[in-house]
Amino acid sequence: MIKIENLHKSYKMGSNSLHVLKGINFSVEEGELVAIMGSSGSGKSTLLNILGMLDGLDEGSYILDGVPIKDLNETKAANYRNKFLGFIFQSFNLINYKNAMENVALPLYYQKVGRKERQDKALKYLEQVGLKDWATHLPSELSGGQKQRVAIARAMAAEPKVLLADEPTGALDSTTSYEVMDLIQKINDEGNTILVVTHEPDIADMCKRIVHLKDGVIVEDKKVKQVRASQYV
Amino acid sequence: MWLFDRDLWREVFNTLSKNLFRTFLTMLGVIFAMIILMLLLVSANGMSNGFNKIFAGTASNSLFVWGQSTSEPYKGFERGRRINFRLEDASILKEQIPEIEVLAPRIELGSHRAVVNVYRKGRTSGSSVYGDYPEIDDITKKKLVEGRFLNQLDIEDSKKVCVIGEETFKLLFDKNEKAIGQEIRINGVFFQVVGMYKPNNNINIDGENAVFIPFSTFQKAFGSGDRMGWMAISVEANTPVPMVEKEIKKLLKNKYDVSPADERAIGSFDMSEIFNNISAFTTVLKGFSFFIGIFTLLAGVIAISNILLITVKERTKEIGVRRALGATPKVVKRQIVIEAIVLTAFAGLIGFAISVGILSLLDAQWGSGDDFPFKNPMVSIVQFGFSFILMVGLSVLIGLIPANRAVKIRPIEALREE
Repeated sequence: MIKIENLHKSYKMGSNSLHVLKGINFSVEEGELVAIMGSSGSGKSTLLNILGMLDGLDEGSYILDGVPIKDLNETKAANYRNKFLGFIFQSFNLINYKNAMENVALPLYYQKVGRKERQDKALKYLEQVGLKDWATHLPSELSGGQKQRVAIARAMAAEPKVLLADEPTGALDSTTSYEVMDLIQKINDEGNTILVVTHEPDIADMCKRIVHLKDGVIVEDKKVKQVRASQYV
Repeated sequence: MWLFDRDLWREVFNTLSKNLFRTFLTMLGVIFAMIILMLLLVSANGMSNGFNKIFAGTASNSLFVWGQSTSEPYKGFERGRRINFRLEDASILKEQIPEIEVLAPRIELGSHRAVVNVYRKGRTSGSSVYGDYPEIDDITKKKLVEGRFLNQLDIEDSKKVCVIGEETFKLLFDKNEKAIGQEIRINGVFFQVVGMYKPNNNINIDGENAVFIPFSTFQKAFGSGDRMGWMAISVEANTPVPMVEKEIKKLLKNKYDVSPADERAIGSFDMSEIFNNISAFTTVLKGFSFFIGIFTLLAGVIAISNILLITVKERTKEIGVRRALGATPKVVKRQIVIEAIVLTAFAGLIGFAISVGILSLLDAQWGSGDDFPFKNPMVSIVQFGFSFILMVGLSVLIGLIPANRAVKIRPIEALREE
């Protein structure tokens, strides 16, 4: 599903440049649930941004679902993001003047899906995250966990190839975190490919594979026995 | 077609209504600008209409020609010789200068602007008395209150009829008397009144205390022979009056043995010159007020652009999220430009509605009064349409500034912003 070879990325900081990713080789099969771990500055967010086509790469290749991702202009990147990827952010990033359903329907709007179908799909995914009754509520009327579940529904709505979650539990207490992880696991159980960036070991243990990043290189890549989040809920 | 995309409009109105007060304040600039533009245009239009009112009834492409005294000796004649036109000149001129449309010869009793005693039942009025052809009415229109003006039959039969001014009526008649059918006496000859005109506040060459009688009657009654005082001439539309004026003078100078260099022998007055000056003035005024108005409008639109820039800054994160979810730069841009257009167009319409309100109020208050310097103070559809299109055009151009700013924000930077 994802194939990355010899990925390099550096940022210019004034006159000197900061080499953040120093040759990453990494691939993900369909249906995997991968945790990307590392301390801050290890390059995990940069990797996720490149995977999410929010940032370009300097060197190397990136193939997503058989499509080489290169020479992206903004329009192309936007279309690929819309088609291939679903994003889950640490701070939820819901649009605060749109209700839950409208937020979930937003990626579909950019796919030019008709209004009625959009609403039906949005409701379907809200139901899947258990928030159907909250469809008309604004984000400000939802709890943190609920917001993240709306965000997950939104990421799923476009039926992407890969879900990218950047510290999805970073802004939540542990109980809520486990609820969200439970949801992510269930989505994974249905065969969806998910990448989770986290620095919390207990969250990483709930994935099926952990990739450790340190100073821009992968220092460890291991399959783990998944801890089910449902036992904590 | 994005124009009918309900969701797009919802997005636009959602963002605009998020901060209603600020949106309103932003619009205020354009609202005022539109009011100023409209009022300026309206004033210029009203002034131009007012001038037209003053000149109504006088053919703008006309001139008057009369004889004076020579100022230079020529062909053995001494200077200071009086030039008296003859009636035949009228037909000669008409024949030789095809550009002349109407030529009305006139003769005046006594010398120019002289006052003649007109009698009726022991009353007298010192009035000007003119012998005229009916064609004069095509050049300086008389506002008749009663009866008719002189006609061709009067000329042919040399009828002893006259048309009098309202001033003359006041001097010769009682207030509630009827003038039509009554007789007045001029130099011992009786004339029947067939019409009365009233002053019309505009250019008045003849004065209001005047009596008009048929030219042929004048000749017989006062023994003027074939003398002619002066000529009122209108030339064909699109023919420059000065050109015809030159030709007429050349012809007349030749006929009366006047030196071609003599500027004084034949007097003339070109009405078109005044009209041209005034229409040039009003055109400049209109152009100037449009100019000012458009720049005021520009200032208003720039204010909108400014506030949209701030909004873009505030919405950096939201725009980042949208782009992460698949909004293309085009979609982001379009929404902001449409916001600019909606704000401007809406504000412009409000401004327009307010100015129409002010105008109809002014119109109701003073509109019909004769003293009001403006007449019909309204803007034309064309002017409004042009201003509106220009305004929306400006808003598109200026909306592109915040739109491009929004697109320049890379989604990753936008998401990083907390």
